[in-house]
Formats: sequence, C-alpha cells, structure tokens
Amino acid sequence: MTVAIDRATGKRRGEPGGRPGPLARLKNSYQRNWYAYAMIAPVVVVLGVLVLYPLVRGFYLTLTNANSLNSARTIGVNHIEATYEFIGFDNYADILWGPTSYDRFWSHFVWTIVWTALCVTLHYVIGLGLALLLNQKLRGRTFYRLILILPWAVPTFVTVFGWRFMLADGGVINSVLETLHLPAPLWLEDTFWQRFAAIMVNTWCGVPFMMVSLLGGLQSIDTSLYEAAEMDGANAWQRFRYVTLPGLRSVSSTVVLLGVIWTFNQFAVIFLLFGDTAPDAQILVTWAYHLGFGQQPRDFAQSAAYGILLLAILIVFTSFYRRWLNRDEQQLAI
Amino acid sequence: MSTTTPTTPDRTTARADRTTTGTPAPRTSRGRAERSLAGSLVSHGILIVASLAALFPIAWLVFLSLGPDKDDYLHPGRILDKMTFDNYAFVLQHTSFLDWLKSTLIVSLGTTVIGVLIAATTGYAVSRMRFPGYRKFMWVLLVTQMFPVAVLMVPMYEILSELQLIDSYLGLVLVYCSTAVPYCAWLLKGYFDTIPFEIDEAGRVDGLSPFGTFARLILPLAKPGLAVAAFYSFITAFGEVAFASTFMLSDTKYTFAVGLQSFVSEHDAQQNLMFATAVLVAIPVAGFFYLVQKNLVAGLTAGGTKG
Repeated sequence: MTVAIDRATGKRRGEPGGRPGPLARLKNSYQRNWYAYAMIAPVVVVLGVLVLYPLVRGFYLTLTNANSLNSARTIGVNHIEATYEFIGFDNYADILWGPTSYDRFWSHFVWTIVWTALCVTLHYVIGLGLALLLNQKLRGRTFYRLILILPWAVPTFVTVFGWRFMLADGGVINSVLETLHLPAPLWLEDTFWQRFAAIMVNTWCGVPFMMVSLLGGLQSIDTSLYEAAEMDGANAWQRFRYVTLPGLRSVSSTVVLLGVIWTFNQFAVIFLLFGDTAPDAQILVTWAYHLGFGQQPRDFAQSAAYGILLLAILIVFTSFYRRWLNRDEQQLAI
Repeated sequence: MSTTTPTTPDRTTARADRTTTGTPAPRTSRGRAERSLAGSLVSHGILIVASLAALFPIAWLVFLSLGPDKDDYLHPGRILDKMTFDNYAFVLQHTSFLDWLKSTLIVSLGTTVIGVLIAATTGYAVSRMRFPGYRKFMWVLLVTQMFPVAVLMVPMYEILSELQLIDSYLGLVLVYCSTAVPYCAWLLKGYFDTIPFEIDEAGRVDGLSPFGTFARLILPLAKPGLAVAAFYSFITAFGEVAFASTFMLSDTKYTFAVGLQSFVSEHDAQQNLMFATAVLVAIPVAGFFYLVQKNLVAGLTAGGTKG
C-alpha cells in the first residue's frame, strides 16, 4: 500500500509481524513497486539502447580482427560489407602478454596508475588545504572562493588550449624561468616534463571541485564538536585528526571515488595538450583512442579491447573500494 | 591552523568558565586572537598565491587575445601599447564562429532537454522508493560514469554509420545522452533527497498517486535541482572533445571543442584569433557557471553521500 517513502520509516521491507504467503508477497511486491519500475523505465530503456547494446557490440568487436580496412564502409555509392573475422580472445592475449606488450600496454598502464594516484592525491590535499583555509572566519573569503573556483568554470578545452601556449618554448612560463636564471624545460617535448606538465594542468583543473565539495563537508560538521574537543585539550592537529577527518569521511569517500574515475578516464587534458606527439605521456584512454582513431589503418578491435580492459580495471577498483569502505563501516550510497 | 599546546591551568579555566557562564575565558580568547593574527596572515598569503595561480592562465589568455598580430604571444610586452578588440570583431564577422556556436548549442541543448526529461522520474524513484534491484540499479548508474571513451566509441561509430547518423547533430546528441542521462538521474536523486518526505506523505494522504505527487508537488519544488542537472549536462556536452572530433566531419557542424582545434589550419596559424575565440567561448559559460556553482556541488555530493 505504501508505495513511496518507505525510507522515511526505515529500511525494513515488508510488514513487521507475520509473513504473508508467497503469492500474497508477490502481489504485494508488485503493488508496492510497479510505480518505481514505471518511473525508472525510461532510463533503463535509454541505457539499454545507448549503452548496453553498444557495449555488447563493442565486446563482440574485441573478439574479432576488425580494423578500418575490413569493416563495413561506404565509398561513394559502393557499400562494402564487413569482412573481419572472429578470432576469440587473441586481442586480449596480444595486449596483455603478446610481443611488445610492455611497450604498448604495461608502460601506459603503469603511467596511468601513477597519473591517477598523483593527480587525485594532489587534488585532494590541495583541495582540502584550501577548504580548511576558506572555512575560517577570514576577511574576503567569499571573494577568494569565487576566484579559486575559476578553473572549474572555464571549459577544459579552453584552459588546456591556454596552457599549451604558456608551456610552449617561447611561452610565458619559460620566459619567466629564464629571467630567474632557472632551467627552462621543454614542457611539450621531453617525456618527463610532458608528464609533469600533464599532472600540473590536470591538478589545476581538478582542485576546485574537491575544494568546494570538501568545503561543503566542513561546513556540515557540527561546531560543538570542535568546542568539546578544545575543552578536552585537543590541539589543532588532534582536532583535525579526530574531528575534521571523520566528519569529512562520507564526502571524501564520494569525491575521491569520482576523482579516481574521472582522472583515470581524463581524455581532454592529455589529448589536447600533446595531440599525437607524445607517445610516452599517453594514458590508456588516449592511447586507446589513438589506436582506434588516430592512426591508419584504424585498429577498431584493439581499441575496443583496451576500452573493455579499462572498464574492467575501474569496476574492480570500485568494488574493492566499496568493500574497504564498508569494512570501516562507512556508507557509500550505491 | 597554528597553535600552541594549551597548558593545564588554561584548560581548567576555560572549562570552568564554559560550564559556569557559557563564554570562553578572556585569557583563552586572547590566545585565540593572537593565534588567528599570525594564522590569518599565513592564510591570506596562501590564499593569495592560490588565487593568482587560479586566475593567471585565464587572465593571460584574455590578455593575449587583445594583441592584434599573430606573433604577439611571443612578445607579450608589446601588446600593452596596442591593445585592441579587433580580434573579437574579426572572429565574429569572418570566421565560422557563429556556425560553431549554432551546432554547439543544438547539440548541448538537445542533450540537456532529453537528459533531464528522461532522468527526472528516475531520480525521484531512486530517491523515494526502495524496490528490489535498487542497489544494482544505482550501481549501474555509477558504472556508466566509468565508461572510457574507447569502449563505446568504436561500436557507436559503427552503429551510427549504419544509421547514417555520422556527421549529424542527432547522432552526437544520442551519444551524449548515454552519459548525460545516468548522470542527471544521479544528480537529481541528490536533489530530491533534500526535499522533505513529509510533502510526499501529505500528497499521498490527499489521494495523489506517486506520479501525481511527483508531477504536482515535487517537480515544482525541484526547479533549482532540475536547473542544475540541466546545466551540468549542458556543460558536459559543451566541452566533450573525443566523440565530437571523431563523429562530426563537416566544418560547419563542428562544436566549439573541435572548432577551436581546427582553427590553426584554417586560419593560417593566427593565434591571436584563436585566443579571442577561446575567450568568447569561455566567458558566457563561466558566467552561467558562477550563477549555479553552489548548487552543482550540493547536488553531486548529496547524491553520493546520502543513503
């Protein structure tokens, strides 16, 4: 009978008291839930058509040797049928332990992990630091907040475009470094500095989101907890460690997860910063794009196989992350 | 925050005072004031440095866009003497900027409208109802955030070319909906969670069906949340690069994200014009962003943190 809002009365499902028979329960369940299913139906349909179907097809593609030379295509008025063949799991085997698999997959894999870990750590630490500063009673903090949010407000493709000119050889950053008699690295050519630049730009882009989310989290912590801690003689570090961090945990767990997912799949920053000129600074996502669309002939099958591997890595990570959170009795609402 | 470890007498006075009068002892408050003077200097220092770091790249882009010659970015000092808005005038009058604006708006608005319309009821359902399969469904919504470009791009390309939708606005809108729809549902759940359940209960008592409750009571209350979801999907579609640069072939149909990249070859490496284009693209978006930014985060993190 109560269809909506059973959450308001707690998480119990069904009536407390005696259990009705299976048929009645089925009927009951149908009556309770058909509204919910009707309401989520549009999204389920869209996900089925626009996500699941392409995903299944993409997965099938990874089991073939499809590339731009043997796929179905139309040249002028002639339509050429696809001629690619089913080859089983050869693509995965080739990517993971085939010859040169280190150069093609594992080196990018390691760099992607390093990239994700460094970026998310920097995002989180800098974001938390700034949030703590902005959470004090401080003159002009609204003003600071508005400025600090700027990198988030500008579309990524515009900011990366600007950064490219700042990092270029005659750009402002190297000019300043030269006036200070510091070495001026080749940001866009040398592998190490390419990676450094990519992390720098991505950090610049990602800090505002963390900062604002954590600021929201900080403001929701009850101030009486701080007063109590102070009365008990806790110093600033102890207050941070035992009041602030636990108070931020639910926000942190969400934003860190989102940060990892977004950074791992961060396409725009690296693609727009280097284009095709930096084979060693490519993370797996841009590398997969390169295989499928940035070279001739386009290797559709391997590109899709990379995609499936990436998705698998993220799903495995997220599952472990949730389990780890749950062990700490933290709730992540999924 | 810098601090000194409080000595025992300090602490006891503070505690005594607190229990008796409820206000901190004068000594403690002076201690706090001293701390916050040094502390606030440091805080201001760090915040100023951080603000400059946040502001500079954008300000620099705006500055460079005022230089009339294509090599001015190499000699920024020269720009000061001859700042002009000519670049902007040229971009607006003699380039494909307005074409790109049109296609960007068609694609982004299309995605937004479809995304929000479809996602609204779902956001409500997952906010209010616990149905069998609820957790799995939320999990699916999260997993769709994880899709790397490559996993859908190749099959999407195949499917769209079979449907003759490559290089069409509709094709790109459909592609973007695959991420925008679950995203909006997720965001809207967070917003609906903040609307008191008592309103639903009242509606139900008055004899409305869940659909009626949703349409007549909740939707009007959720306008700010809908606006945020709309803005977020708009921005996502607006800034997407990979699909847009692969699926749009004719240069009048480019979105800004692609158009800006293609500027070099088309306009003979006239960087000054590219700067102006970049600024023209960024300013309205940033303006809108500032209007809604507070709600953006609330919507997103609430969706993730509330059970």
